[in-house]
Amino acid sequence: MSARDQILGGVRKSLGRIAPLSEEAAAPLKARLAGHKANLIPERTKGLDADGLVGLFSQLMQNCDATVDRVANNEAVPQAVTSYLARYNLPAEAVMSPDPVLDSIPWSSQPLLRLRRDRAQGTDAVSITPAFAAIAESGTLVMTSGAERPTTLNLLPSTHIVVLRKDQVVAASEQAWAKLRETAEARGEAMPRSVNFISGPSRTGDIESVLQIGSHGPMRLHIVVVDN
Amino acid sequence: MEISTQRFKKNTTEAIASPTLRQALKQAGTDLPAHRRNAVGKLPEFEALRDEGKAIKDHTLAHLDFYLETFERNVIASGGQVHWARNAAEAREAVLSICKRLGARTATKGKSIVTEEIGLNDFLEANGVVPVETDMGEYIVQLRHEPPSHLIAPAFHLVRDQWVEAFRKAHTDLPPDRYLDDRRVLADEGRAVLRDKFLAADVGITGANFLIAETGSTAIVTNEGNGDLTQTLPKAHIVVTTIEKVVPTLEDTMTLLRLLPRSATGQEISTYVTFSTGPRRAADRDGPGEFHVVLLDNGRSAMIGTEFQDMLRCIRCSACLNHCPVFLSVGGHAYGWVYSGPMGAVLTPSLIGVDTAGHLPNASTFCGKCESVCPVKIPLPKMMRHWREREWQRASASRYRLGLKLWAYLAKRPGLYRWGAELASRFLGNQAGSRGKFRTLPLAGGWTKGRDLPAPEGRSFMSLWAEQQRAKR
Repeated sequence: MSARDQILGGVRKSLGRIAPLSEEAAAPLKARLAGHKANLIPERTKGLDADGLVGLFSQLMQNCDATVDRVANNEAVPQAVTSYLARYNLPAEAVMSPDPVLDSIPWSSQPLLRLRRDRAQGTDAVSITPAFAAIAESGTLVMTSGAERPTTLNLLPSTHIVVLRKDQVVAASEQAWAKLRETAEARGEAMPRSVNFISGPSRTGDIESVLQIGSHGPMRLHIVVVDN
Repeated sequence: MEISTQRFKKNTTEAIASPTLRQALKQAGTDLPAHRRNAVGKLPEFEALRDEGKAIKDHTLAHLDFYLETFERNVIASGGQVHWARNAAEAREAVLSICKRLGARTATKGKSIVTEEIGLNDFLEANGVVPVETDMGEYIVQLRHEPPSHLIAPAFHLVRDQWVEAFRKAHTDLPPDRYLDDRRVLADEGRAVLRDKFLAADVGITGANFLIAETGSTAIVTNEGNGDLTQTLPKAHIVVTTIEKVVPTLEDTMTLLRLLPRSATGQEISTYVTFSTGPRRAADRDGPGEFHVVLLDNGRSAMIGTEFQDMLRCIRCSACLNHCPVFLSVGGHAYGWVYSGPMGAVLTPSLIGVDTAGHLPNASTFCGKCESVCPVKIPLPKMMRHWREREWQRASASRYRLGLKLWAYLAKRPGLYRWGAELASRFLGNQAGSRGKFRTLPLAGGWTKGRDLPAPEGRSFMSLWAEQQRAKR
């Protein structure tokens, strides 16, 4: 008997059954899987409008040592990025997602900012990416992988800058998943290969139980929220 | 890893005598409960979420075969492979055969207690694949050739000097006189050294906090980003996990995710939660080319339907360790295997047998703190009592049982009992002399080993009481 059959057989025996569930018994379980019913969602986001959601998201991100900048429109993004880099004495050079959603930003307005559009390499110091969504309840960015959105950009460089549209901030993760299912279905897949929830720069508490911001992932996380 | 649960009593004596361990445990034992209390206080729905979390796990366990098959089907549909393993040996072989096929020389690892359970590192090393732990805490315990001492903080037991010493010994290509006596400097050196290992690894091995049946995804919860780099950069991502980690949907996962970091470190959410579904897609510029899930049983399916089924709800948050007066006195290593604290005292006998791990369920004051902080309401004290009862039945001919029988005989005969007590207290009072206490006493070695036994002051309470009553009349 294969390991698979023996394990499943053992589970069934312990559950007091011999065979797999009948079609009839499995029907409610299948309906539960297909229903995607949300469980209890905490009320902390209740009644918040778009600005309220951005406010809560920003506050929680800052509690987790990320920095958040709000700009009026796409035109203001390049300037916000270069001044952030200058503030931390970082080179005006970044690797950026080859994602068309970033094309509407007039990057050439900052001629000294050198951008490469690709995945990240170990030598890249700064990355710039869009996000799929953001969650106000927990102060979390939702990043999805794809040809235009390499995962390494979220993880390898020591500084990660995220350009987020105000209307991408949802109240709870459940709404982000609903949105993700729609997008993925349109692409003909169940899920992107990787979905990264990111809530601040990396950290470790392993040395004498004292928190150090900056571990293997980025040491700095900066979010530019675009209002319009 | 080598099992030393049989030596639990000796282990605890040694642990209590270690000043560095006491220092480390004192710090963490104050901070972690305070962090949790703070996080729980900010979420009024926390109690209701605990009930939901418990219900989700109970529902899944009651239909575990259905959800495991659903999970497997969806892993395959997204281009991944599932390898079922009945026991540790099968799981190790499954990992090794993937490594061999890919010609892997090094494997980076995200923190995974299940790989400790199956002794994966030693096995890979013996077979020509160098495992590199990348979680900072796991990395240092690997350098020190010791097992982790805590579910989520593997180096819980170490103080800074021990980090400095291990780094100096291991990183020999760095200047030997460099300054290291600073947590930030240590974290930076660890980051720099491991950066090269991430980029060079052929295979990345992680565990999973949740397996999502609906999508065939695995999810890991981390703060360092090491698990995420581990699984993104190499040619293949191997997830080593166990059957009870499956949950039905992403929505169910979200409920458990609201409980886990708050219970573990007091964070609203951990810095990273990464969901992996299959290998890289055709047009992707990064990500592993292969995605494997090694699905281990190792005794868990046999726990279903027994009084220990509730233990399978455990999401490995470590709240029960962080609040346990016994764990915070002796640390994780004393428990002698991978799982420690109250959850270890229940799970370890289930997995390796009560013959070997029978001491562990005795490591409890039954204060009930563990159950009160458990995010999925596992009745840990009740299950420790079940194990004690079983252990008791097994040890039916022991001298404890004989001693208790003698006591029961006397207790049922008050006249005889009082006469004996009066006699014994007079005798002991005389023997103790002017010191009024005993350093050692035959048959009471368990007591006098750690402290003096005060001597009775001549007469028993009952006889004094009777005398007073007579005088009043």
